[in-house]
Amino acid sequence: MSELVLDVLSWILLCLGGGFVLIGGIGTLRLPDFYTRLHAASLTDTMATILIFTGIMLQAGFSLAALKLAAIMLFLLLTGPTASYALANAALQSGMRPGAAHARARGEGEAG
Amino acid sequence: MIIVFALFLLSLLVITALAIVRTENLFVAVMLTSIFSLLMAANFFILDAADVALTEAAVGAGITTVIFLSALALTAEREKISGAGWRIALLVVTVLAMLIIYATFDKPRLGDPEAPVHQHLAPWYLEKTPEYMDIPNVVTAVLGSFRGYDTLGEVFVVFAACIGVLFILGVKPGEGATIKAPHSAGLKHHLIPQVVGRLLIPFIVLFGLYVQFHGEYGPGGGFQAGALIATGVILYALLEGEDAALRAVPRGVLLALVIGGASLYGGVGLVCVWLGGNFLDYSVLAADPVAGQQLGILLIEAGVGMAVCGALLSIFHAFAARPTRL
Repeated sequence: MSELVLDVLSWILLCLGGGFVLIGGIGTLRLPDFYTRLHAASLTDTMATILIFTGIMLQAGFSLAALKLAAIMLFLLLTGPTASYALANAALQSGMRPGAAHARARGEGEAG
Repeated sequence: MIIVFALFLLSLLVITALAIVRTENLFVAVMLTSIFSLLMAANFFILDAADVALTEAAVGAGITTVIFLSALALTAEREKISGAGWRIALLVVTVLAMLIIYATFDKPRLGDPEAPVHQHLAPWYLEKTPEYMDIPNVVTAVLGSFRGYDTLGEVFVVFAACIGVLFILGVKPGEGATIKAPHSAGLKHHLIPQVVGRLLIPFIVLFGLYVQFHGEYGPGGGFQAGALIATGVILYALLEGEDAALRAVPRGVLLALVIGGASLYGGVGLVCVWLGGNFLDYSVLAADPVAGQQLGILLIEAGVGMAVCGALLSIFHAFAARPTRL
């Protein structure tokens, strides 16, 4: 019985994680400017990572594999947001203004 | 199911390759090359070649990207387009592609048990590894002992590459040169990457050592470990500045690692001859042939790891220490 509960729970987590990856992917493609795209992409780094890895850990059960998965999850949770931050910071330093695309689009709208 | 995933990855590889060819921005090309390597690593993993996947991920996606970027800092970011000779290039590429496609008709199907490679040598390796070396990872046994000559050659290639790069790039600018080498300060003003990096570097190096000494039991070995440890030190150099990295691991130590690693490998072979065996026949290293083989593999893997780590770091420093073009 508990096996079944764990299985169902793990699949719910995996599907939710997959959904977050999908949302992140669509957002990266569709959102208007760099910062919003980065925001969407960083969704896969954090929320999707937690959900998917917890889901796989439930599948792995109480074993060495689960410990390794936890270590990888910790590593990804540390590096992913740091990489997002570094990207955003580098963009800001090189003079890219947040919301510029939005302002430009509005400006064109007024002109047209 | 796995075949669908493999096809998906292979099509992504083709798309990435086309994108690399199409782009004129070299920075984008370097990033795409990194993605290409990562996809290739995933592909190797699907083909059950975990050792190769680890090497591809560590060297191809990790260190090569950093070295490409350091090289890019010395040159221009955009590709110089030369229109001349594209017809000849197209002709050569077409002919070569046709030849390769023609050659694949004779290739056995993927995973075909009747393929020639699975007929005599591979079964022999699988059968004899438990008997001769008694280690679980056959790849390490093949790499270190059965085909020790090839690996020795590879280590010498790495050694020669390192010496070559140092000869060309390691030269100090002359007295008259007005350009002062910039002392890269690293990412001093980027607090978050620095803190996270400091946290991670010890674990990266520790993982490298694990891969080094666990190579006989799991995927890994000298090449992967050397690349991983070099990645850790390069991360340190990127975060704290190149000078700090050189203080931590001076050039002398790097050269000693390269030379020491290559000599250790060759030396083990010579000791085998001295003890009455063949060159690189580790059975004579201990009273028990199996223990001798294990000792020999451990020693040569250490030599490989030292040489690769030292060579990659020397190459990185050779690029990073050049004055950037203004």
